[in-house]
Amino acid sequence: MCINCGCAPTEGAHNHHHHDHDHGARTLRIEEDLLAKNDRLAAGNRAQFAAAGVFVLNLVSSPGSGKTTLLERTLRELGTKWRFAVLEGDQQTSLDADRIAAPGVPVRQINTGAGCHLDAHMVGHGVENFDLPGTDLLLIENVGNLVCPASFDLGEDHKVALLSVTEGEDKPLKYPQMFRAAALMIITKTDLLPYVDFDVERCKAFARQVNPKIEILELSCRSGEGLAEWYGWLEEGVKRKQEPRAESQE
Amino acid sequence: MHELSLTQNLVAIAEEHARKAGAVVIRSITLEVGELSGAIPEALEFAFDVCSKGTLAEGAVLTIRRVPGHGRCAVCAAETACHELSAVCPACGALGFELATGTELRLLELEID
Ligand SMILES: Nc1nc2c(ncn2[C@@H]2O[C@H](COP(=O)(O)OP(=O)(O)O)[C@@H](O)[C@H]2O)c(=O)[nH]1
Ligand SMILES: [Mg+2]
Ligand SMILES: [Zn+2]
Repeated sequence: MCINCGCAPTEGAHNHHHHDHDHGARTLRIEEDLLAKNDRLAAGNRAQFAAAGVFVLNLVSSPGSGKTTLLERTLRELGTKWRFAVLEGDQQTSLDADRIAAPGVPVRQINTGAGCHLDAHMVGHGVENFDLPGTDLLLIENVGNLVCPASFDLGEDHKVALLSVTEGEDKPLKYPQMFRAAALMIITKTDLLPYVDFDVERCKAFARQVNPKIEILELSCRSGEGLAEWYGWLEEGVKRKQEPRAESQE
Repeated sequence: MHELSLTQNLVAIAEEHARKAGAVVIRSITLEVGELSGAIPEALEFAFDVCSKGTLAEGAVLTIRRVPGHGRCAVCAAETACHELSAVCPACGALGFELATGTELRLLELEID
């Protein structure tokens, strides 16, 4: 059979006359998901993160919703409590990784080139030099884009979708894939609410229309309002992720 | 943008299967694209012309089978079509609608030679 003949891919154009059977036109039933390869790699990442007990978040939003600012603030306030690692995929500014630089926190910038999203393959290589067993929380800042990152599983525990009050409150309806994929929506920049026409309750209702199970937080990195709830949410996730390991070590 | 990487995957998967089967050329590709998958068929077709250049799939006929959105409501038990990615039941309006079809992005079939 040809499957075993070992002809190299580049020789694909030869005619296989050395075989004693005829090929002819055939139909192959495939039924393979277009994202199957990414999903396989993501499952590999996920297994690796689970074994190391790392809680992993994939932060997604439009450009400018406040992902980097939230990372900076979180590292500044919790950086001594937990061991963080950060993967930076946002192309908006190549400075994001520098902004985040905090003492003792490994930060790695992933160059997606023209790519509009991170994928599981990039993340797998991105964490190669991280000490995962020595990490509690891995935060991944995805490329600023509410479309493509929705389809690409990275092996994270949760996608976290940020939406700032300077954007439209109907974004969850306009980008339903993303808000369905996210476990948590964070409404950011709430300090600006007095100056903008953004109906928080409507926004929450829209998000629940596309994803009834979505959790929702509201916060401002400027005023600090709501940050305690975000830190509480993180703590719960970290603890839950480490439980199975703590038990098996007893 | 999104369609470009999806189509690169499509061509890679198609070539892999075709090569394994000893094909020298891929004549046609049948793809299943859900109405609510987020991928736009025209954009996939456009991207296919670009991505298939120089591969076994160059010149292949790309057939896109659209899968309509359809599902069931956990509240009123209606089984109905759905044209939005939403948990709002088109029949009763409750937040209980669960999609069964419409999000597919799948390579179904190849015709090879
Ligand atoms: N007023 C206000 N501005 C903020 C807040 N968080 C971020 N910003 C500003 O929003 C802009 C974009 O933030 P950035 O974190 O770079 O967004 P990213 O593209 O999602 O990483 C910056 O100018 C930030 O200073 C906030 O809570 N309140
Ligand atoms: Mg950023
Ligand atoms: Zn119903």
